[in-house]
Amino acid sequence: MVNEKHTEKQIWEFLSEIPDPEIPVITITELGVVRKVELSNEKVIITITPTYTGCPAMKLFEDEIIKTLHEKGIETVEINLVYSPAWTTAWMGDIAREKLRKYGIAPPVKGSEDKGILFESGPKVVACPRCKSENTILKSQFGSTACKALYQCETCLEPFDYFKCI
Amino acid sequence: METKDALINYCLRLGDSSLILGQRMAEWCSNGPILEEDIAMTNLSLDLIGQARTMLSYSGVVEGKGRSEDDLAYRREEREFYNTLLSERPNGHFGDTVVRNFLHDAFFYYLYQALKSSKDEMIAAHAAKSIKEVTYHLRHSSEWLVRLGDGTVESHEKVQESLNDLWEYTGDLFEMNEVDEVLIKEGIAVDLQKIKLEWDKTINTVIERSTLTRPEDAYMHSGRLDAMHSEYLGHLIADMQFLQRAYPEAQW
Ligand SMILES: [Zn+2]
Repeated sequence: MVNEKHTEKQIWEFLSEIPDPEIPVITITELGVVRKVELSNEKVIITITPTYTGCPAMKLFEDEIIKTLHEKGIETVEINLVYSPAWTTAWMGDIAREKLRKYGIAPPVKGSEDKGILFESGPKVVACPRCKSENTILKSQFGSTACKALYQCETCLEPFDYFKCI
Repeated sequence: METKDALINYCLRLGDSSLILGQRMAEWCSNGPILEEDIAMTNLSLDLIGQARTMLSYSGVVEGKGRSEDDLAYRREEREFYNTLLSERPNGHFGDTVVRNFLHDAFFYYLYQALKSSKDEMIAAHAAKSIKEVTYHLRHSSEWLVRLGDGTVESHEKVQESLNDLWEYTGDLFEMNEVDEVLIKEGIAVDLQKIKLEWDKTINTVIERSTLTRPEDAYMHSGRLDAMHSEYLGHLIADMQFLQRAYPEAQW
C-alpha cells in the first residue's frame, strides 16, 4: 500500500538525500544514476544505471536506496538495473558541477566526451579547482576512482582530480 | 544450431575475453613500473571485469539454468572458457603487456562499435556502454606503444620483440564458426572479417607512428572457438578461482 502514502515526487526527494559513497558532496540523483521511479500498490521500483561497468559503488547505491526508503516506511523496494542509455556526465547539472569544484575536483568539461582514440582527442582546458588557472596538465588518464583522471596545476603546483567527461 | 545456444556461447566469448584480460591486468596490482601506471592498470582491470560481469550474467539468464556471473567465472573448467588466446598471454614485461593490450583493445574497440547496432538489445546496450571505456583503454595502450617504440634503442627492440611474439595470436581473434553464422543471420553478431579491416588500419597507423615493423602473417594459433587454450590459462584460473574452490559458497 505504497502509493497511498507517498508520491513519486516524494520518493525522488528521499533519493536526493543519498550522497555518492565516494564523492559525498553530490547525491546519487545529481550524479544521474537514478533513471526512473515507479510506484504500484505493492512496491516501488527504482531504475538505476551504472556510471562505469566496473563501478564498485553500484552495490552500495542499491543498498543505500533500499535502506533509505525502508527508513521512510516503504517496505517493498525493487532495484532495476539498466545499461541503456549509457550513463554520461552530460546528465550532471550545473549545481552538481559547482559542488564538485568546491570540493576540489574539477568537474567534467561540457561537450568534451572522450570519443577520440589514437591521439585524436583535441586538447581540452581543465581549470584548476583551487586557483582557477587554466595552465594545467594531464598527469594520468587514471585516478583514484574509475571516474577520475589526475591533473596538476602549473600555477599553484597542486595536483587535483578531474571528473572525466564520458 | 538454435539461436539460443549460439547466443549463450557468444556472450561467454565476450564475457570471458574481458574477464581473462581483466584478471591479467589485476596481476599488475602493486607491481606497476610507476605508481600512475599501477593505478592505470588496476583501473583497466576494473572496467574489464565490469564488462565481463554484464555478459556473463546475461549468458546465465539466456541459458536459464540459474547460473550466476560468479558461477560462470569461478566454477567452470579451463576447457569451458571461450576467451581469446591473446587475452590469456602472460603479462611478461611492461612492453609485452602494452603490446598485448593494444592488439586486444583495438579488437574490442571495433567489435563494440559494430555491436552497438546488434538486434539483441542487451548486447547493443553492453557495446554502447563498453565502447566509452574501451576508447580510453585503446588510447592508453597506443600512447604507450608510441612512447616505447619511438623511445630508446632498448625500448624499441623490446616492444618489437613483444609484437613479433604476440602476432601469432591475432589470427584467433577473427575466426568464426556456426555460432557467428547463426547470429549474423539474426543481426545479433557481426562479421569479424569486417572488423579485421578496421583493426588492420588502426594497427598499421599506430605501428608506423611507433617506428615499429608490422610482423608478417605466418603461422597463427587457433583454439578460442573450441575452448582450446595455451598452457597459461589453467594457471591463471587456478589463481582466479582459488577462493571459490577452497571455500565453496563463500559470499561477500
Ligand atoms: Zn591551481
